[in-house]
Parts: sequence; structure tokens; C-alpha cells
Amino acid sequence: MFAIFAGSILGYVALSARRLLEEQVNLTVNEEIKGLLSQFNSGGVLRLVRQIERRSNQPGSSLYLITTAAGETLAGNISSVESEALLEAGTYQLFYRVIEEGEPKPHRALIETIILPGGFRLLVGRDLDETDRFHTIILRAAGWSMLLILTLALVGGVFVARRVLSRVDHMTETTRTIMAGDLSGRLAVTGTNDELDRLAQSLNAMLDRIGELMAGLREVSDNIAHDLKTPLTRLRNSAEEALRVGQSSDAYREALEHTIEEADDLIKIFNALLMIARAEAGSLLEGMNTEDASEIARDVVELYAPFAEEFGIELVVNANEPNPIQASRELIGQALANLIDNAIKYSSDNKSSMGDHSVIVSVSRKEGQTLLIVADRGLGIPVADMERVLERFVRLETSRTRSGSGLGLSLVAAVARLHGGTLRLEDNQPGLRAIISLPSAA
Amino acid sequence: MKILIIEDDPSASTYLDKAFREQGHVVDMASDGLDGYSLASEEQYDAIIVDRMIPRMDGLSLIHGLREQKIDTPILILSALGQVDDRVKGLRAGADDYLSKPYSFSELLARVEILSRRGRSIPAEETIYRVSDLELNRLTRRVTRGEMEIDLQPREFRLLEYLMRHADQVVTRTMLLENVWDYHFDPQTNVIDVHVSRLRAKIDKGFDNPLIQTVRGAGYTVRDSAR
Repeated sequence: MFAIFAGSILGYVALSARRLLEEQVNLTVNEEIKGLLSQFNSGGVLRLVRQIERRSNQPGSSLYLITTAAGETLAGNISSVESEALLEAGTYQLFYRVIEEGEPKPHRALIETIILPGGFRLLVGRDLDETDRFHTIILRAAGWSMLLILTLALVGGVFVARRVLSRVDHMTETTRTIMAGDLSGRLAVTGTNDELDRLAQSLNAMLDRIGELMAGLREVSDNIAHDLKTPLTRLRNSAEEALRVGQSSDAYREALEHTIEEADDLIKIFNALLMIARAEAGSLLEGMNTEDASEIARDVVELYAPFAEEFGIELVVNANEPNPIQASRELIGQALANLIDNAIKYSSDNKSSMGDHSVIVSVSRKEGQTLLIVADRGLGIPVADMERVLERFVRLETSRTRSGSGLGLSLVAAVARLHGGTLRLEDNQPGLRAIISLPSAA
Repeated sequence: MKILIIEDDPSASTYLDKAFREQGHVVDMASDGLDGYSLASEEQYDAIIVDRMIPRMDGLSLIHGLREQKIDTPILILSALGQVDDRVKGLRAGADDYLSKPYSFSELLARVEILSRRGRSIPAEETIYRVSDLELNRLTRRVTRGEMEIDLQPREFRLLEYLMRHADQVVTRTMLLENVWDYHFDPQTNVIDVHVSRLRAKIDKGFDNPLIQTVRGAGYTVRDSAR
């Protein structure tokens, strides 16, 4: 491609040079003619002839010839010229012969013929040999350059191609190793930051993400195995105990009902784990729409208000302005429900507080984020534990005695993440302030 | 009630078969999609229960096919896939209800019974619901029991309306959460209970005949127990 481009440039240069030279010649000839004509006009044929004789004898002169109407040479340095030039006025490119030379070779010339009053033929021209020679030199130079360019292009091309190919081969080799199972492999980055490097970097980033996901998967399955073993064992134990102890059908009935309760709990744990795993893998939901966070907050508060009252807690909502978010109403509702449920539970435990038994749910907007906040005046979480508590199944010392699987907060965090947001826990002094922060919809 | 159950797991289908027959219903069984599809097209059923993952024609395609044939028998999907988008997919395919496994039979029974009544009696179009001396007017939003007018919050009204629409049928807590609050997550059991007990206090207190009754292990029902 480079060769073609270079070739066309050289061709253009050659052509332009030639045209330039021709123009130059034309100009010279026209100037001469003008000069000679003024001589003729002022001094007649005689004057003209003397001028021509003088000019012809100068070295490097143009070509001159003046003849009678019959063709008899009066003066000039052209010995013979193709006859057509003598017949009519005009511009010709043709061959002529020079007087002086021993073996008169035909030269090429540009000749302008003018017919003067009296029938005299005036021919003025310039030898084109020089320009031809110049032209040949240029062509030859262009030719050699083209050859050189082609060779270099070929050599360069092969060289570059081979380098690129070897890098691509290397990449293919590495990917094959990775696909065979060694996920730790990464593509080499040469540091030149060219396209191949950038490709390698993107692929490496992708491999990092895949590694993360796979590690996450392993962790999830490890967690599931670990986290479910305890409730499963509990379930089995209570069933076994019932077989050992209870003899009356009432006792058996009770034991069976208890078994079902434990099984239900297990199912809840399992579903929650599944949802958390999905959220961490970052799978997008189909069911996301534009929803009003304030409306969801009001609905969930309305659902929980009587329940809270039973515990002596006043559940209040501050969400009157519309706050659109791109979300699954279902999941956000569930997340809020978890937070409110937690808040109610831990608030009611705090018998010592000054009488502020309220849980406040509010929705607001700040810097492009929609915040759903559940704030209580309960036992709170020690600041040191705030990070830990979002992990699965971590339940703090103070809450050991309460029911619940300890999955609530990590589920809320997972839902927030799934929506491109976060869950933050803050000290409400006293109590806990849980903040779900989601990107606001337009 | 005549029910078609399309389920490929043998122990699950035996269980369901027995359980429904114990309730006095007639049950047809199919263990793959193709079988189920032809049965559903040829016979008349009050309700169809379909597992989503069955051989030879998956649940969603089966439902889609039946709907294309203008067969509008109520269909309930049973599925191990229980996430929000799975539910949405199932309902979009043309199902009327979706229950994720594992489920409690009482939940399944309650839902199937309600589904099968749909279209036959037309409680949805009646403006006044009546159970014993309790009267609910859907147009005026007035509730009276006997002579007394009862003042209800909008949500309480909706709750009573749903219970009365399905008078004599069992309504589970999950169904209440779905139909009165439009949420599908598993509520803490007590949350719904408190709402119902508040409603009960307004409707049944001071009357000899308690209409809102707890069905143990299942949910609630509105029934005139004096009859």
C-alpha cells in the first residue's frame, strides 16, 4: 500500500516536472518571438535577419530560421526542418537538423512558425533534447526509487508481519494454556501500547474478572456447604430426638411440625444464599423498571407499621417527593423490609434508651444518588464490626439470642450491589443508620 | 375439581396425586410435556399444575402452546427456579400463578382452589360482597355489619375485600402479601398476622359469629361458621 502511494507521488512529480519544463520552453520561445517581431516592425526584414544572425551565433541560443515564401533560407541555425513547419503558422514539436554538426543528427524541438507580411517564414524554437534528457533522468530516478521502495516495503512488510504473527501465535499459545485449565496465565504485554498490547491488556482484564467470578463461585459453594450444614444438622437432630423421646402422637405431631419449621428456615437461607450469589456474579435482572423509591418506602412501612406497634416501636416514613430509580420493586421492597425488620428487632431490645422508640425510614436525593435510610435508636453495631456484619452469617455477640439467620444484612448489601449501589452502615448515636444508596433515574 | 398435574419426578407426583385426592379432587397425571399437552388440549380441567422443567416439552412452551390454542384453563407453575425474573418469565408465558419449590401443600391447595373458581362464579364483578351480616360495598367503600358501620383504613378495606372475594376459601399469608400489598417476598410470618388481627378486632369484636378465621398451618378464611 505504501509502495502504491509512493509510486503515485513520484509519478505526479515526474509529470509536473515535465509540464513545468515545457511551459518554460514555451515562455522562452514566445518572448523571443515578441522581441524579434518588434525588430521586424521597426526595421523591416533586414533588421530582423541581422538580429537572427546575431542571436544564432550566441552559445546556448534558441533555434531560428527565416526563409522566403519559397523556402529559401535567409538566416538561422537550423539546417533543415520538417516541411510542414514551413507551410503554416503554428506550434510544432518536430525534428530539425543543425547546420554546424558533422553528422547532423535529428534533434527534437519545439518550434513556433510565424508568417510575416511578404510571405517570410519566421521559425523560432528551442531544443527539447535537454528537457528530454532531464525528463529521462527524472524517470530513471523515479524508477530506481520505486524499486527501492518496493524492496523496502516487501522486506519491511515481511518483517513486521512476522513479528506480529509471532506475537499473535504467542497469544494463541497462552490462551490455549488458559483454556486447558491454568486460569492464572496472562498474555504478555510488551509495553509498546500498540493495538496488540491493548488487546492483550483487555484480555488480561477479562481473565482477571473470570478468575474473580470463579473464585466467587468456589467461595459460594464452600459457603453453602458450610452455612447449610448447621441448620441441616439441627433439623436432623431434632427429628432424631423426636424419635427417641416422644411417644404420644401429640409429641410426634409437635416434633414433625418443628421439623417443618426448621426445613422452612433452611429453604429461606438457601434462597437468600442463591440471591446473594447471583448478585455477586453481577447478573442483570430482567425485571428492572423505573420505580418510585418513595412509594416503595411508604408501602413497606405501611406493611410493617402494625407489627412494629406490637413491639412498642413507632415506625415513621419520610418520603413524600417522588424519587425515581431503575430497580426491581420486589427486591428493593425486600431489602427495605429486611432493614426495617432488623431495626424493629434491635430497637425493642434496647430497654435502656430514653424512651425514643422510633424507627425512621426516609428517602432523599443527594448528588445523583437516591438514598433509602432506615434509622433506629436500638443497640446499634460497634463501629469496628460494621464491615464484618455484612458478611454472611455473621451475627454479633449481642444478638446471639435472637432468631433469624443472620443473612438479612448481607442480602440487603447484595440487592444494593445488584442495582449498582451500596449499603452503608453508620452509627446513629445511638443506634444504627442503614443507608441504601442507588443511582437516581432521570 | 378436576386437576391435571404435569410433573416428571415420581415421588413428587405421587405425593401430589394423593394429597389432592384426599381433598376430594379428581386428578390426572402426566410425566412429560408432550403427554401433558395432549391431555390439556383434549380434556376439560379446572386447573393445570405444571412443573417448569419437564422432558419432551418444557413447561413454558407448553403453556405458550395452550394459550395459542385459546385454551384458558387456569395454570399454576411449580418450579425450583424461584427468583424474581423466573416468576416474571413464567407469568409472561401465560401462567396464572407461580409457586417455587419447595412449597407447602396447603399453599398450593389454596392457590389452586382459588384459580379454579376463577371465571365460574363472578365475584369480581359483583359490587357487594356479603358474608353473614357483614356487607362490603366496593363502589361506596362502605363496610357494615348488621346495623353498625365499620370504619376501615384503605389497606384494611383491601384486605377485607380480598378475603371476602374468596369467602369460604383458604387464603395464605403469601397470597395476601401478593394481592393486597403486591409483593412476592416471603414475609416474616407475623407481619401479615398483625394486620389480620387488627382487621378482626374491627370486624368480629362484639359479635357472636367470628367471620375471620385462622386456618391452622395454612392461612385465613372468611366464613360464616354458623351455617
